[in-house]
Amino acid sequence: MSRAAPRDEGDAALAIELRGISKSFGPVQANRDISIEVRRGTIHGIIGENGAGKSTLMSILYGFYRADAGEILIGGRRTEIPDSQAAIDAGIGMVFQHFKLVENFTVLENVILGAEDGRLLKPSLAKARRLLKQLADDYEMDVDPEAVIEELGVGQQQRVEILKALYREADILILDEPTGVLTPAEADHLFRILRGLRDEGKTIILITHKLREIMEITDSVSVMRRGEMTATVPTAETSPEELAELMVGRKVLLRVDKAPARPGDVVLEVRDLRVVDEQKVERLRGIDLTIRAGEILGIAGVSGNGQSELLEVLGGYANGTGSIRMNGQEIDLTGTASDARTRRARGIAHVPEDRQREGLVMDYRAWENVAFGYHSDPRFSSGLFMDHAAMRADCDDKMRRFDVRPPDPTLAAKNFSGGNQQKIVLAREIERNPDLLLIGQPTRGVDIGAIEFIHEQIVALRDQGKAILLVSVELDEIMALSDRIAVMFDGRIMGERLPGETDQRELGLLMAGMAGAAA
Amino acid sequence: MDFLGLLQILDSTLRLATPLLFACLAGLFSERAGIFDIGLEGKMLASAFLSAAAASYTGNVWLGCLAGIGASLMLAAIHGVASITFRGNQLISGVAINFLASGLTVVVGEAWFGLGGRTPQLMGAARFQEIDLPFAREIADVPLLGPIYANLLSGHSALVYIGLLCVPLTWWVLYRTRFGLRLRAVGENPAAVDTAGVSVVGLRYAAVMICGLLTGLAGAYLATALSAGFVKEMSAGRGFIALAALIFAKWRPWYALGATLLFGLLEALGNRFQTIEVFDITVPTQFMQALPYILTVVILAGFVGRAIPPRAGGEPYIKER
Amino acid sequence: MNDALPKWADIALIPLLNLTLALIVSGLVVGFIGEDPFEVLSLLIEGAVGSADGWSYTLYYATNFIFTGLGVAVAFHARLFNIGGEGQAMLGGLGVALALLYVPWPHWSLALLAAMTGAALFGAAWAAIPAWLQARRGSHIVITTIMFNFIASALMVYLLSRVLLVPGAGGSPETARFAAATNLPAIGDLYALMGWGCVERPIASVCRAPLNIAFLLALLAGFAVWALLWRTRLGYEIRAFGHSEPAALYAGISPTKIIMVAMLISGGLCGLMAINAVMGEAERLVIDPVQGAGFVGIAVALMGRSHPIGICLAALLFGMLYQGGGYVEFDIPAISREMILVIQALVILFTGALDNMVRAPMEALFLNRRRPEPALPTSATRSDGDPKERKVEP
Repeated sequence: MSRAAPRDEGDAALAIELRGISKSFGPVQANRDISIEVRRGTIHGIIGENGAGKSTLMSILYGFYRADAGEILIGGRRTEIPDSQAAIDAGIGMVFQHFKLVENFTVLENVILGAEDGRLLKPSLAKARRLLKQLADDYEMDVDPEAVIEELGVGQQQRVEILKALYREADILILDEPTGVLTPAEADHLFRILRGLRDEGKTIILITHKLREIMEITDSVSVMRRGEMTATVPTAETSPEELAELMVGRKVLLRVDKAPARPGDVVLEVRDLRVVDEQKVERLRGIDLTIRAGEILGIAGVSGNGQSELLEVLGGYANGTGSIRMNGQEIDLTGTASDARTRRARGIAHVPEDRQREGLVMDYRAWENVAFGYHSDPRFSSGLFMDHAAMRADCDDKMRRFDVRPPDPTLAAKNFSGGNQQKIVLAREIERNPDLLLIGQPTRGVDIGAIEFIHEQIVALRDQGKAILLVSVELDEIMALSDRIAVMFDGRIMGERLPGETDQRELGLLMAGMAGAAA
Repeated sequence: MDFLGLLQILDSTLRLATPLLFACLAGLFSERAGIFDIGLEGKMLASAFLSAAAASYTGNVWLGCLAGIGASLMLAAIHGVASITFRGNQLISGVAINFLASGLTVVVGEAWFGLGGRTPQLMGAARFQEIDLPFAREIADVPLLGPIYANLLSGHSALVYIGLLCVPLTWWVLYRTRFGLRLRAVGENPAAVDTAGVSVVGLRYAAVMICGLLTGLAGAYLATALSAGFVKEMSAGRGFIALAALIFAKWRPWYALGATLLFGLLEALGNRFQTIEVFDITVPTQFMQALPYILTVVILAGFVGRAIPPRAGGEPYIKER
Repeated sequence: MNDALPKWADIALIPLLNLTLALIVSGLVVGFIGEDPFEVLSLLIEGAVGSADGWSYTLYYATNFIFTGLGVAVAFHARLFNIGGEGQAMLGGLGVALALLYVPWPHWSLALLAAMTGAALFGAAWAAIPAWLQARRGSHIVITTIMFNFIASALMVYLLSRVLLVPGAGGSPETARFAAATNLPAIGDLYALMGWGCVERPIASVCRAPLNIAFLLALLAGFAVWALLWRTRLGYEIRAFGHSEPAALYAGISPTKIIMVAMLISGGLCGLMAINAVMGEAERLVIDPVQGAGFVGIAVALMGRSHPIGICLAALLFGMLYQGGGYVEFDIPAISREMILVIQALVILFTGALDNMVRAPMEALFLNRRRPEPALPTSATRSDGDPKERKVEP
């Protein structure tokens, strides 16, 4: 093995070279004249904000889109990649952010899908079983080949995706935001696997928006901003601050300025809250928490550990058992008295995790959306009819005060950017002067400029004496905003910490369900 | 009811279940690949018409059958173009196909034959003949087994046996071949198939065309085996009943056989007993005739077991990263 | 990027292109069976709108289709596909018959109110079961409503041949005639009132034309549906639910309520069709009073983009097809009435299922004519240029 060979030698052949790649969708230019060189046997990071064009670029490389201009060289040879099969043939494997697995197939079936040997399944499955065992031994990727995907954890599912690529003898592995669904421990394991692969001579491209990961694992890094490649540098010669500035194009505050909280009376008190989903799986297994006026309780955790269910049951659209007291009064948890409307009447406002699916009706115009959820308010409706004039006036007002761009109330919600959509939702929910604000993933898919604005709004609301429940999978965001942090794992709260008295490592252990280790 | 009477009912169950079975397996291929097809009814009708017309013209039932399959494949291709290539609404496309078949069969039939939408009565080789299985006559006198073999199993048209053979064949294709694996995958998660370098469009077209082939057989059977010619609207909702049977069968081939036999039995009972007296109340004919439709609703209501449909069913596939 | 098209192109140009395609293919079918498509077309237009007689029949048919088209459209807005308009209209007919047969109404206006109530209630009731099954059991409403069409026709045959049959009706299963006092004012009455004469013709005569006051009711219903969908809170909720069920839940809108209410309104509107066909025209309940109008409603709603104005125009078009089709059949017997079914199917196919075939090239055309704009940040709606999956409603 040549793993001892230094990787920064100038003579390493290029695994991938992109020359002048451009791609636009209608009037939107997603990639503009992008060129990169990635050396064989290195880990190359691509970092950039949401919407910077990283994923479009990788989709071009994997044959999902065709570039309008430019050329792709694989191993020094010009290569056309019209579809995924061509990418696979060129030795490219891709691990998508949202896994492309058939949920009710076994690991083995997923691995051979599209790469079968011959028309009958049996020989293919036998061969794959052998090969899989060997790969698992080589790269510590222990996955039961006969397990059904939906019964595996996300970390394991991701390994299946990597195995799929390796089974197809990929030399170049692209991973798109691979750690978004992983605990810090799982992410470490992934990085060990990736280093092992690199040392075997594979080339790895890691797409992420997390500076820490870039610094930790990559050999070189390219920064993208607004569809353009702003720089490519060896990781060792740069710093997180420099990368952040390259990403955004100006100096960024990575911290939120806020005064210490002055907690008041208890607003929300949750005791032994349980939620069972349609598949009879218990998603919340006895949640206890308390939030006082004037404080932000941050819920940290890897997504899928019950945070969504917590927001849904508090927001009134999932059934649960246990007790929720709002300002000292019990809330009905089932039946007709329990829906999002009655929750709002009790002073609970909710900025949902997925604004495009839940928080907005994407085909409704902005002025129709500002009444959404409050459309029975006397402000917006009298008798059977809606008061369109009042809704429009209210929308004008909110757009001005929350700096929504473009400030056009007649534009449909889907035509605003993520950040501006979030401002519309936030304006609607905050303006109702709620006692409690539930807010999920406040800055997901939001550009950095809007992130600062949204964070300021959340803190300002707290300072007005409101109780805030913040759910985010971004640990940095939780650390920056919360006055107290509760960590959720597998439907339970593993522990509560004060942001000043904990660190990412401890929270990471709690997120992985290791309560004892963090005690 | 005596033993022979029972055999007669089971015999006609088998006959009546056959078109449902073909249609149900047809729907199975299509829906397993993620394409809803409420146009089974129309395809069946079109095939019934063209098979009867061609059989009456050529005097050869097999040519008729081929023509019927051709008609069904044409409509299947339209459904494919609408729902796969142009990512249209699969339900609406199916509805359009049903109306198209209802209209065209009568318009063209009237223009060709001038019999008010019927085709001429089919006779002789223009119809599927009953096939006697080997030794049916010889062992007919053996008690119990003899009559079952001779009266129930023997003496059906070739398509009945082909239909029954299609069940294990479908199972084998679905679970033992590469094509079957990919087909099932594309109905569950087309993105997985696409990123694995297999054409989603190709697979779905293949499934839709197999669906057309099998529905063609269902229609040909209706007009050239079960009846002796085409009659306006002769499919009578069988395409929809087959869909209900498919749901009841949880999209599985062997269950599909059971489900369609059940509906066949219901129809056989309805035909055999025009009126039934229950506790001195006479159940009207119309109720017996509506029974398969009512049962369909009951099954869809999930009072008889529930199943998870293919997850990507009905959704056009759009590449997303 | 749904805004790739200017609004006028979306609501007028595309439906017209789709219609043209449907007519071209229909013309090919006519040619295939050996007739001259242009002759058929000119006969069709002549029969439909070539005379006052033709117009009054055309509008009579259009009345039916406005009701069923509105019914289908209301369901579309809640993203429900109601194929059961046919059965709901049949039951509506039953409601009309029951309201008129057993009460000696002194005046048609009172009878009309009672008949409307009966029609809407029975139509809604027939939609209620599939609606409930969809809302509570997740049963596919498309298939259940189709099944309810079959069950409705079995029920009608039973009732008309066993229960409501008048002895000596000449063998055809139908009820007794409604009392003369309940007859609705028809176009012939207007002619008589104004002292206009009308020419007796073999197949169409204004004096015997079934066009009646229900036409005005249909227009009124169109206005009511518009107000319901775009002006009331219920309409706001129905449309929100239709766009996104998770969003509706988030906003505290009950899916069960919306599914039930939308389907009840839809069924009620389809049932109201019977006012025109049963009370206005047949003046008794016959075995198939609907004559496929429930299905035409699907084509009408799709073509009319589920908007009352579009629906009225599309209904007029289908009224012309129906009236003109009868006229054509009279002159060219080889073109049977079922030709209308073919055209209807093609309209549904082109406007409903093959919409993207016409839309995508048009969008590309219009996009090319525009200058590239400064890019909006597009993290929210991935504008990958692909036409997003289209919903049932436009």
